[in-house]
Amino acid sequence: MEDIISAERVVFGYPKEDNQLNIVLRGVSLTIPEGQFVAVLGHNGSGKSTLAKHFNAILVPNEGKVTVCGIDTTDENKLYDIRQQVGMVFQNPDNQIVATIVEEDVAFGPENMGVDPAEIRRRVDESLSDVGMTEYRTHAPHQLSGGQKQRIAIAGIIAMRPRCIVLDEPTAMLDPKGRREVLSVIKRLNRENGITVVLITHYMEEAAQAERVVVMNDGELLFDAPPREVFSHVRELKEVGLDVPQATELCWQLRQAGVDLPGGILTEAEAVAAISDALRKKGVGAR
Amino acid sequence: MIAIKTEELTYTYSAGTPFQKTAIDHVNLEIEQGEFVGVIGHTGSGKSTLIQHFNGLLKPTSGRVLINGTDLWAKETNLREYRFKVGLVFQYPEYQLFEETVYKDIAFGPVNMGLSPAQVDERVREAANFVGLRDYHLQKSPFELSGGQKRRVAIAGVLAMNPDILVLDEPTAGLDPKGRDSILGQIKRYHRERGNTVLLVSHSMEDIARYARKVLVLNRSGVAMYDDVAKVFSRAEEITRMGLSVPQVTRIFMGLREEGFPVSESVYTMDYAREELLSLLGKGAGNHA
Repeated sequence: MEDIISAERVVFGYPKEDNQLNIVLRGVSLTIPEGQFVAVLGHNGSGKSTLAKHFNAILVPNEGKVTVCGIDTTDENKLYDIRQQVGMVFQNPDNQIVATIVEEDVAFGPENMGVDPAEIRRRVDESLSDVGMTEYRTHAPHQLSGGQKQRIAIAGIIAMRPRCIVLDEPTAMLDPKGRREVLSVIKRLNRENGITVVLITHYMEEAAQAERVVVMNDGELLFDAPPREVFSHVRELKEVGLDVPQATELCWQLRQAGVDLPGGILTEAEAVAAISDALRKKGVGAR
Repeated sequence: MIAIKTEELTYTYSAGTPFQKTAIDHVNLEIEQGEFVGVIGHTGSGKSTLIQHFNGLLKPTSGRVLINGTDLWAKETNLREYRFKVGLVFQYPEYQLFEETVYKDIAFGPVNMGLSPAQVDERVREAANFVGLRDYHLQKSPFELSGGQKRRVAIAGVLAMNPDILVLDEPTAGLDPKGRDSILGQIKRYHRERGNTVLLVSHSMEDIARYARKVLVLNRSGVAMYDDVAKVFSRAEEITRMGLSVPQVTRIFMGLREEGFPVSESVYTMDYAREELLSLLGKGAGNHA
């Protein structure tokens, strides 16, 4: 399948006062095929947000090359096309909402693209339905919960019909229910609408649900593999300031203590099944 | 001694307008001095409104707030005193830094309390030390620091007032796991060494399970539960219905119980979970391979 995003040996630094660069990305290469759900992990300052900002040309590399749907991001004449293909959702929903009525907010993007009014109407309705917010279409955004606001922000992006959405810690400010809502919307957009998703997160349980996990450390890729493989590197992840899901951690600690458990446990259900097996083998009876 | 007490505390935003909304409704609560309390509740459950009453940032619409047994609003001229007694660390406190140097920013509270320069200096250094800032950080501009370090400066600014009651509203939002563990570890140490009361508002059930002793659950503008961590997380179904969750290890143990294994009902930390399973599997603690 076609690559939506391709980064080749990207080097990027933010300018410092003395005209030097504070290097944040040190030669990152990565391609994301259409339809993939990729999670990006990394400690604060590892360069993951900086990398994400290269994916819709908010930043362009100092060295190397980024192409989005085949377009070089340094081509300023194509900026509009790039931003239309790759939409971004940020951490704080309050900074992303511009209108005083939900459906007007969702319409903002397509209106700016000059989409025909009847088509805007159709897209707004569809987008709100995709994020499960149709019944709130005439509400004021400030009266919604964090999770609902974030879903409105996502609806505003998908109304522009992008092929890819990049979400930079979209759940960091949300309560558990809000997190569940946003994640299930993201997964559905990926699965049913075929939208490519790049999810930056500090929640390991969210990353475990992606197809592919990319781990950044000090401006370089440390791991790039399916979650089961990445989270089997418990010790290395902890060394770079990260974590693994509790299900993985518990089974790993038990293995360290000599319990015979399979490796690569990722979810609650897998942990329950594996530990149940071990208990049965030891003759610890179920009542 | 009771550090925080509320009696029928009610607060209504925009009272008398069409936007009127009662954020907390007849809340009765008693928090013991020296307690470490995790505060959880869905967005809009009233957490922020409640904690802003503890140092008089909000005035009750009705009902009373008592700090160390005294009504906060009995004599309004004394209010300033409570701003020092009860330290509030807001969400994303790094946006509130404003001074030229880290030192001056941390010193802002103690200077306003009227402490002598020598006392201020001691407070600043102690507070900086608690949050893991080094001497060379103190003369830097706070705006040169990383996000995690800025947050430490902001927390140190509140610790420097040495408040009897420390309230933190999501102090680790947006931090990576290492930064999160380090800041919460420092707060825990501060609590242990000073013996003061700490309230930690968080959306991370894992953090609450690991650091708090008691949990205050707010739901629909009222107190739904106030109990030991184990007791609260053993009511997983109710908690989930309130839009919250329980730690993943707790859910794993619930799964094991459903499978019929004789495991405890209230397992909420990794250490407890591991030790319980190891003892069931006949590999006691200390038997690490």
